[in-house]
Amino acid sequence: MARRENSEINAGSMADIAFLLLIFFLVTTTMDVDSGISRKLSEKPPLDYKPPIIKMKNILEININRNDQLLVEDEVMELEDIKQTTIDFLDNGGGIGKTVDDVVGSPCDYCNGNKSESSSDHPNKAIISVQSDRGTSYGMYITVQNELLSAYTELRNIYAKTQITGKYAGRTYEELLLLDAKDNDALKAVINEIKDAYPQIISDAEPTK
Amino acid sequence: MSKFAKKKKGLPAVNTAALPDIVFMLLFFFMVTTTMRETDLKIKAPKLPNATEVKKLEHKSLVSTIYVGKAKPEDLAKYGSGDKIQLNDKIADVKDIPSFIYSEQEKHNPEEIPYMTTSIKADVKCNVGTIHDIRVELRDINSLKVSYSTRKGNLEENTK
Repeated sequence: MARRENSEINAGSMADIAFLLLIFFLVTTTMDVDSGISRKLSEKPPLDYKPPIIKMKNILEININRNDQLLVEDEVMELEDIKQTTIDFLDNGGGIGKTVDDVVGSPCDYCNGNKSESSSDHPNKAIISVQSDRGTSYGMYITVQNELLSAYTELRNIYAKTQITGKYAGRTYEELLLLDAKDNDALKAVINEIKDAYPQIISDAEPTK
Repeated sequence: MSKFAKKKKGLPAVNTAALPDIVFMLLFFFMVTTTMRETDLKIKAPKLPNATEVKKLEHKSLVSTIYVGKAKPEDLAKYGSGDKIQLNDKIADVKDIPSFIYSEQEKHNPEEIPYMTTSIKADVKCNVGTIHDIRVELRDINSLKVSYSTRKGNLEENTK
């Protein structure tokens, strides 16, 4: 009697099936990481809200018109110069800082600006106001926002390098952000200190029509 | 002698038994690392602006996305040539944004709501006025965290 052997199952087409699935997933999925410029909107003011009086020297006014041209403090400016102008404005430190809980602020001892009388008092008082037109292109708007943010990042980098002592001394702000801050309260405190030194105060004014 | 005489000559076939394993490994890699495309775009795919100072959006489930761009060429007669806003799967009006955000918030626990972010995916060519209208609607319903979706890249392409 001839012995019948258990013949092996042919697995040659297994690869084809797997390839088919692979290609299906390749086509239907996206790899993009969602990233963007994040911003916290200001809360809706109550009806009887009176805006606080702010000295004009503490506001850097940026206008973008419908032809995507820039006007900074009533002077025409090119996109390349806006970062340096912002840095000069924020880092001026000509006066004393904002009063918190009835404690009068102190002069900015870490600012490297010219301490000019006609520019901002302190980074925590300096406000950047961006006024655009309804017809301004979104690309231009984002470019300006990006320049402003990069000015803040540069100032924060300098602060982190020169003012932070201890475990995290000698690193830039961007390097600190890359570290894992999840369960690290010391690192969180350092990052918050840098953020408080140069708080981002960017306001979007109602666009002109 | 006869025991050794049957030796075959020529190249043996390459063993492909491990091929499915390799392909399955690739398959699992793609399944794990990618996300399913959730919404069909009804507007022309927006060309996102470039930026360098970008932050990654974490917790994807807490993000609601608003698309802004022009209508597709074949829909131009129906929708006109202005900036269009897409919420979920249809082109909508600015006035529909509050109900869209509320319906997104309903999917989450009340304690998660303050962490919810609205991602605005807008085309470089669209108008700041449209973006501002969206911002006003979001501000009115106290949904204040906004992210302007951008890609990392060269700034000069934004204004071309």
